[in-house]
Amino acid sequence: MNFKSVKKLSFSKLAQSPIVISLFSLILSLVVSGIIMAFAGFSPLEAYGAMFVGAFGGLSNFADTLGIATPLIFTGLAVTIAMRGGILNVGCEGQLYIGGMAAALTGAYVKGLPAIIHIPICFLAAMLAGGLWAVLAGVIKIRANANEVIITIMLNYIAIYLTDYLASYVFKADGMVVKTNEIMHSAVLPQLYPHSRLTIGLLFALLAMVFIAWILKSTILGYNIRALGQNPYAAEAGGIRKNRMILFTFLLSGALAGMAGAIEVQGVHTYFISNFSNGYGWDGLATSVLGQYNPFGTVLASLFYGAMRNGATMMDRMTKMPPDFVVIMQALAIIFIATPSIIRKVMSIFAKRRGQI
Amino acid sequence: MKGITKRFASTLANDHVDFSVEKGEIHSLLGENGAGKTTLMHILYGMTIPDEGEVYVNGHKANITSPREAINNGIAMVHQHFMLVEPMTVTENIVLGYEPRKGLCFDKSVAVQQVSELSKQYGLFIDPYAKVADLDVGTKQRLEILKALYRKADILILDEPTAVLTRGEVDDLFRVLRTLRANGKTIIIITHKLGEIMAISDRVTVLNNGKLIGVYKTAETNSAELAERMVGRHVSFSVQRTATEKPGPIALQLDNIHYIKNRVTKLRDINLRLHSGEVLGIAGVEGNGQTELVEIITGLVAASQGRIIVGNTEVPHPTPHRMIDLGVGHIPEDRNHRGLISSFSIRENIMLGYQTKSVFSHRGLIDITSSNNYAKKVLQEYIIKATGTEALASSLSGGNQQKVVIGRVLSQNPNVIIAAQPTRGVDIGAIEYIHQEIIRMKESGKGVLLVSAELEEVVKLSDRIAIMYAGEIVALDTPDNFDEYRFGTLMTGLGKRKDSD
Amino acid sequence: MSGGQTIVAQIGIILSGGIRIMIPIAFGALGCTLSERVGVINIGAEGIMLAGAFGAVVGSYYTGNAWIGVLFGLLSGVLLASVHAFLTVKLKTGQIISGLGVNMLASGVTTVLLQSIWNNRGKSDLVTGLQNIRIKGVENIPIIGAVLRSISPMLIILLIVAIVLWFWLYKTVPGLRARSIGENPRSPDSVGINVPRTQILCVIVSGAITAFGGIYLSIGDVSLFSRDMVAGRGFIALAVTILGGWKPAGVLGACLAFGIAQGMQFRLQEFSVPVQLVQMLPYVMTLLLMFFLRSSHGPAASGENFHREGE
Repeated sequence: MNFKSVKKLSFSKLAQSPIVISLFSLILSLVVSGIIMAFAGFSPLEAYGAMFVGAFGGLSNFADTLGIATPLIFTGLAVTIAMRGGILNVGCEGQLYIGGMAAALTGAYVKGLPAIIHIPICFLAAMLAGGLWAVLAGVIKIRANANEVIITIMLNYIAIYLTDYLASYVFKADGMVVKTNEIMHSAVLPQLYPHSRLTIGLLFALLAMVFIAWILKSTILGYNIRALGQNPYAAEAGGIRKNRMILFTFLLSGALAGMAGAIEVQGVHTYFISNFSNGYGWDGLATSVLGQYNPFGTVLASLFYGAMRNGATMMDRMTKMPPDFVVIMQALAIIFIATPSIIRKVMSIFAKRRGQI
Repeated sequence: MKGITKRFASTLANDHVDFSVEKGEIHSLLGENGAGKTTLMHILYGMTIPDEGEVYVNGHKANITSPREAINNGIAMVHQHFMLVEPMTVTENIVLGYEPRKGLCFDKSVAVQQVSELSKQYGLFIDPYAKVADLDVGTKQRLEILKALYRKADILILDEPTAVLTRGEVDDLFRVLRTLRANGKTIIIITHKLGEIMAISDRVTVLNNGKLIGVYKTAETNSAELAERMVGRHVSFSVQRTATEKPGPIALQLDNIHYIKNRVTKLRDINLRLHSGEVLGIAGVEGNGQTELVEIITGLVAASQGRIIVGNTEVPHPTPHRMIDLGVGHIPEDRNHRGLISSFSIRENIMLGYQTKSVFSHRGLIDITSSNNYAKKVLQEYIIKATGTEALASSLSGGNQQKVVIGRVLSQNPNVIIAAQPTRGVDIGAIEYIHQEIIRMKESGKGVLLVSAELEEVVKLSDRIAIMYAGEIVALDTPDNFDEYRFGTLMTGLGKRKDSD
Repeated sequence: MSGGQTIVAQIGIILSGGIRIMIPIAFGALGCTLSERVGVINIGAEGIMLAGAFGAVVGSYYTGNAWIGVLFGLLSGVLLASVHAFLTVKLKTGQIISGLGVNMLASGVTTVLLQSIWNNRGKSDLVTGLQNIRIKGVENIPIIGAVLRSISPMLIILLIVAIVLWFWLYKTVPGLRARSIGENPRSPDSVGINVPRTQILCVIVSGAITAFGGIYLSIGDVSLFSRDMVAGRGFIALAVTILGGWKPAGVLGACLAFGIAQGMQFRLQEFSVPVQLVQMLPYVMTLLLMFFLRSSHGPAASGENFHREGE
């Protein structure tokens, strides 16, 4: 591409590209977070630097980053597929706990299977459990004709307490720590890098991304989901069965979220322990929004968030900045993405500076 | 208004338009959809700011940049889509924004008193305590007019006021307008209904494509001339009726359909037989059950009682899916609501409703090549102006969008076609094309149920006409047995039933 | 306390426990009612309550005065609500995303500040809390005695707010206009009422009301702030708003019923029901209520950002 044609690339056209918008929102949120950091007495450069080292410094850290990103990819895809169908699934947190519990129990109590069968069976259990938990939200939504945000959030709390109860009483392992029995060795996910959180789960996550993208683009199921998400009235008139589709979308979404739980249980802990998720469900929401409800974008955003999370621990150690600061960055990012006028304004300021409009 | 120019994106809505109205006259603003009439009046009412031009009220230059300022200048607008707060009372709606107060509190009794006095003064009878949601359309319009009068408007702009009224209600409205005129008020009516312009206005301004065509005294012109000026060419009102062969077997049958919604009977005793090879027109003012009838036939809503039979198949639990499968094609009355998915491509919109057919998909997988070719054919056959099959539906004009919906349905060769308001919001060229297509469908042996609020359209195309009023079919006959008077009385519920089956 | 007490005394205990539970949710619900009445859904109620709770503790910590804490709590809530108002009304951000973003911001900011002020990631130090008002001599009145014996000033504020809100919404002119905005913003807009300004003001006030709920949770109840202490009450408040029909009276009634029902359930703990199952109950109950009482329709234009034509 010669220089002349590069110049011809009008800035406003660039502003239409969704990748650019996402990138911009991300950068903007980093900048604003940095300003907040500075106000709170921390050095943004130090903090971000520590974060970068923690996330990417060395193969071991990088492996951990990818490992942390794995459940995020699943919850992100869960929110994405739901959003495309017009459903705001804020219940990934609960769904992944239920899925995780299912995986833990299937892993611990089903004996005598080779890993190549045992692992997928645990996955299936997690997907089924998480999916059904989400379908429950769907049923209530349809019956009560209410917004799914409140419903799924209520189910989150119920799921957390329910699984905590199961881990504390019914399926409790012997010993002091409140957790379930260790899963069989045949259910443990092989690591892709020794002593890290990176397991073959990542491969399944990427597979899921391809699968979801394929569903949306090339199948009638995906067509129906998208139609319902874009214009439920026209979809209805076009013969698409609304309630059936809503429940199926919840099922798919919950299944993906359940997988996130399975990955954590089978790959990181090898048992179910209460509160193992540190907001993976909410991260899924953030990555999906940041990825503009596109499977590939969601995965990219998840990788970035994985990096942020991993780096946050290093940042905490080096600068004493609590890792929860990452939540602020996420909040800013999704707010910026959901406010097209902010992005447009900032981009036009840039364009004016460069003398192009 | 002098030299008003307004541009929206790439469209020149108003092109240096001069518009003037005399005090105490009823002045019509005539033009087709998209001629620029509403834009011009929005400028006058301060809802839009012109790019160029000036406005003078009573000789003084007025800088109107908001509705408040328009009201301060004595200008009020009654919109086509009522701007009412449904759960509130008549009084609250009328005084909103200019409420009588006692300190911070709303002085309800004073408000009611003022509203009663006002309504008596102009003969616009209304119950101050009624809830707006319970009112019928004609009363709501009276409410909107009272709103304007309450704010001491001297110039009233009415946007397509008769679009949703029955004949009787139109007469009432005209009586009110004459009273207002006698009281020194000035009235501007935006409309495309020629008959009414001739009946009520003193002068008429014609706009076409954003340009001023001319100003005429209604006494010195007639419908045909105005129509020509509005459209820019000769318009024929004569009905071309092809000799109808004997109608074929029954394609669609409704027996004793009743429909009750929210304890209100929306449809009562509906019995219909649509034959193959005929156009059965359902005429009537909107809001008399036509929408519900279409929803029931197309399976969107379940009737409370009655049977639906397509061809020889009875359909006990109609769903859109089932009806489409049985060969019932639906051209919805609101293409943006039920018809198209605006963010989908043309190709994907053409698939809607038929996505499982083998031309579009196999075993759940979309066949892109085949559906693309199909879409291309539809674009060609139905002369749809678009950049390609992947263009978004939102990028098309209204007429082309409607053609996509029609192309989608007709290309699938349905046995029964339910066409609801098929030419609404569509420009004249496309209207004629759509009418031709409907006749073509009939002649190839399909049964067409044409539901339309445009009486001329129904008369022009139908072999038989049924008139709906208050959820019932009050008449069913051939067009020759109807005249303006009979239409009028039936559509307002005064007529009796006469069957000719 | 055991079964040795009379039924009447037990009812009294349940009532006072129920009121304790109801207060934060009622504040949240009244705030959400106001906000939705003017057309803005406030999913961020949870975050605003959190901010209010935190601000109150900070204010009380630095000044030793609980009422200054209340002021700080209000300011925090108002600040967050202003963000939500600005985003949704002026910048047309999606209302639900804005609310979720507000929640995340509150969660993140409070946790970070928790660390920087008290060097503790779980909870703050104990601070001066709001003293309950003790009325002498009412102990013997059946049932109500248990409540009247020790009244939180927040309860009084709650009742005042509820009455004022009811009056303002239904009897005043600004209230009439606000309600019209929530039903059909085109109508007030077409007569020149400044819709955005009214919306922003109302959302900010609703933020203050909601913040009171959080303030009660921290310095009105336990006199400290712990991480995520709102625990979903903001969302329960949203559900109760729907169940109460968006009317102050209905909402208050629904909250009271909810609180009493929950109070009764806490007695279950006496019967060695596992704690997690009891903790689940408020959320289960909310869902059951939503399931069995189909929600009526709220303000018709609530949830959609208002655009003028051509914007």
